[in-house]
Amino acid sequence: MSVLGRIHSLESFGTVDGPGIRFVVFLQGCPLRCRFCHNPDTWEVHKGNEYTSEQLYEEILKYKSYMDFSGGGVTFTGGEPLLQAEFILEICKKLKKQGISIAIDTSGFIWNDVVQEVLEYTDLVLLDIKNYDPIVYKEVTGVPLDPTLKLLDYLREKKINTWIRYVLVPGLTDNLNSVKELSGHLDQYPNVEKIELLPFHKMGEFKWKEMGLNYTLSDTKEPEKALIEQARSIFETNGKKVSVSS
Amino acid sequence: MTKQEWYDFRPGSWMTDVNVRSFIQHNYTPYEGDESFLVGPTSRTTELWNKVMELMKEENRKGILEAETEKPSSIIAFGPGYVDKEKEMIVGFQTDKPLKRGIMPNGGIRVVKNALASYGYTLDKKTEEIYSENRKTHNDGVFDAYTDAMKKARHTGIITGLPDAYGRGRIIGDYRRVALYGVDFLIEEKLQEKKLLEIPILESPDIRLREEISEQIDSLKQLKVMAASYGYDIGTSAKNSFEATQWTYFAYLGAIKEQDGAAMSLGRVTTFLDIYYERDLKNGLITEEEVQELMDQFVMKLRMVRFLRTPSYNDLFSGDPTWVTESIGGMGLDGRTLVTKSSYRILHTLYNLGPAPEPNLTVLWSVFLPDAFKKYCAKVSIDTSSIQYESDDIMRDVWGDDYGIACCVSAMRIGKQMQFFGARANLAKALLYAINGGKDEIYGEQVGPMFAPITGDYLNYDEVMAKFDQTLDWLSELYINTLNVIHYMHDKYNYERLQMALHDINILRTEACGIAGLSVVADSLSAIKFAKVKVIRNEAGLAVDYEIEGEYPAYGNNDDRVDQIAIDIVEKFMNKLRKVKTYRNAKQTLSVLTITSNVVYGKKTGSTPDGRKAGEPFAPGANPMHGRDKKGAIASMASVAKLPYRHAEDGISYTFSIVPKALGKSMEERKENLKDLMDGFFHSKGHHINVNVFDRETLMDAMEHPEKYPQLTIRVSGYAVNFVKLNREQQLDVINRTFHER
Repeated sequence: MSVLGRIHSLESFGTVDGPGIRFVVFLQGCPLRCRFCHNPDTWEVHKGNEYTSEQLYEEILKYKSYMDFSGGGVTFTGGEPLLQAEFILEICKKLKKQGISIAIDTSGFIWNDVVQEVLEYTDLVLLDIKNYDPIVYKEVTGVPLDPTLKLLDYLREKKINTWIRYVLVPGLTDNLNSVKELSGHLDQYPNVEKIELLPFHKMGEFKWKEMGLNYTLSDTKEPEKALIEQARSIFETNGKKVSVSS
Repeated sequence: MTKQEWYDFRPGSWMTDVNVRSFIQHNYTPYEGDESFLVGPTSRTTELWNKVMELMKEENRKGILEAETEKPSSIIAFGPGYVDKEKEMIVGFQTDKPLKRGIMPNGGIRVVKNALASYGYTLDKKTEEIYSENRKTHNDGVFDAYTDAMKKARHTGIITGLPDAYGRGRIIGDYRRVALYGVDFLIEEKLQEKKLLEIPILESPDIRLREEISEQIDSLKQLKVMAASYGYDIGTSAKNSFEATQWTYFAYLGAIKEQDGAAMSLGRVTTFLDIYYERDLKNGLITEEEVQELMDQFVMKLRMVRFLRTPSYNDLFSGDPTWVTESIGGMGLDGRTLVTKSSYRILHTLYNLGPAPEPNLTVLWSVFLPDAFKKYCAKVSIDTSSIQYESDDIMRDVWGDDYGIACCVSAMRIGKQMQFFGARANLAKALLYAINGGKDEIYGEQVGPMFAPITGDYLNYDEVMAKFDQTLDWLSELYINTLNVIHYMHDKYNYERLQMALHDINILRTEACGIAGLSVVADSLSAIKFAKVKVIRNEAGLAVDYEIEGEYPAYGNNDDRVDQIAIDIVEKFMNKLRKVKTYRNAKQTLSVLTITSNVVYGKKTGSTPDGRKAGEPFAPGANPMHGRDKKGAIASMASVAKLPYRHAEDGISYTFSIVPKALGKSMEERKENLKDLMDGFFHSKGHHINVNVFDRETLMDAMEHPEKYPQLTIRVSGYAVNFVKLNREQQLDVINRTFHER
């Protein structure tokens, strides 16, 4: 069966969204409105290019040798990939038959039966936790935190390998007490293999302007080294593995 | 035969016949370990290099440091020269002073005169007179024989960069032979070969060959004299690490004293030299520090190779390149790797002396290379952007395991093969000729055969293809014939006697043609086929611009609809070239390589149906057009990897630029990912890749503050340059290229 999906773009050489060399699918559409988003052009659900699941599968397969050499795979990101769970599911089923490793980069906001089924095929979830303080979370993203934490529980239950992603934005997500609480919370999740600390950058700002959107972080600076190190050491407690993007 | 200099070496056929490969195979030590054994530069090296850098700084300021104006270069024209005799472990310069440029009027006296004038020097009257009145040059010969059609094609630039006014280069002498056998033995061999040519009826090819061998012998005798002026007798074999390095360099030095071919490549010497280093290390005669010192100083000399060029030459090949290409690594036919410790040592010079464009370090990549070496290469690329990679797995099948790269991507078996360099034909312009009935879109002149132009408002794929086919028939004949004239005259007036002395007598010659504008043509045809292309004509009815309605798949996105067009063009043009008879029965080959001339080609070409506007640069080599490769690095390189090497045996060049971040988060990850990326590329039959790792901002800063970046090296098409030596137009072209940065 072929399902239609909407794709923002494809990246054949992804190196920062999971292990090895990854074919990264940027899906169109996102229910969150994160203020630091660097891909606001992926928000609107009706934009992007239409692909059938079969087409995208064929496209991905072209890059298998690179995945094999590097221990990589496919990463579905966006946007919020799980908004198009039916589409992804069709592709995942086929990819699994080829032995291709699958990662999903999600906010954890979407939950339904199809999502659940997609997760059966998923080797790695990159779970973005924008903040651990529910009020701040809502303020940053426009949606509640709760579903994200529920997904985290589910991933633990199903023993699905998980990397947590946390974007460090001065003045917005540098509430270190809440970072401490999040770090403590994560101690209870043996399925969390690693925490990726992503220092805020403004490379997406021009897109906001192009789209006529109001970018509220124009005056926000990239985090100082000291702040990054502070956050890192908080996450590193109890032997958790942390990586910082440069 | 055996020689005392050969003690401890394992015997083989190399002892009786000139066969360096046999010597290497019997004696080299493969190295599968990592780089931890490497050492830094000696203080002697650093002090010497600082002096050299001072000279280079002055050279940068002045354009050239100094030039000879009177005495034509030859192997023995100049006595010894030094920077600092005490500190120089490896000696020898092209003229009597470091970085001083010699003149080689055999190629053409006008070129020499103009080049000198452009730097404020005046050619000596007497010298000018001799080469104008008494001694004919290559350039004169060529223009005596050129037809009107050839001159026209050259003028409009449908064929450009032809070596008709400068040395053809791209010939690699087997410089190792001098170290292994000594010059006396080589002369003896040549005398015997000449004896074999005492045959009943001497026809002109035999007469030519007898004359050539005599010339070769003379050049070897002169090489001995040259070395003697530095106090060394290279009549006999090298007996230790120093002599092996010095003898090899002397042989190469002789070649560059006499020839200023565009590319004067070194070959494949490091694994050869490693055998001497290993023997001396084993016997306690030398330390690792001393070995690295030899390597550093050898490389320092290679960085100081200079030729006198005209400004128009610099437009084509910017940044003063010499293509001292050294091929490193690869695998042997028996499955052992040809990587040795010296493969590491030569790459390590990029740290000991800092990054530099020359020598043109070329790693012959195989998926079977030792993992540690692959990782080290990736690290060096990330740190220096100074190396290029070519597929040993493809080339070993065709050329064996003792080939080297001449210039950028041209493989040739060392000492057994040479090429007639043929620059390139502008296929994008050819496509416009097809549309305009053979008229040049810029000059309006009838250049190609006069057939009916396309008159419809919209381009029809089948109609365009039929006319393009006709145009290519004409172009391939004209192209090969032009090359035949050039190489006939080059052999006659500017024969590379020393380099050919270091070849076997029976060699394979290739007629190395080239194409420029492949991605422009592929995208244009794709636009015509998959979108609608409207023709805009001027008052004279000449198609001068195009409007595209709709979208078309662009080359560089791993999309077979257009990639197949690119493949077909390469095959089609190659097959046409194969039909045309060549001088000395050279085997036709083809490259997809533009060097930096993609900018000049673009300038000389009108608007094309892919949406590229008149004057805009082409993409370099086989690269997709800037910004049209939208699916990331691998999709882009996958399109390039589809181009068939068997129809482009002179090489397919791809230049890849990526920002460090896009390679991964940590240095460890970046090394790993780059290594895997190259394994993937070469596994999927890619032929060549230049790897640049830096931020666009670095380049922009270097444009504004060149003084801060004296050693900033970047890979362009098939070679590397000091970024700050490019002209502004070319700098912008590099900055505007696709940077993979997601």
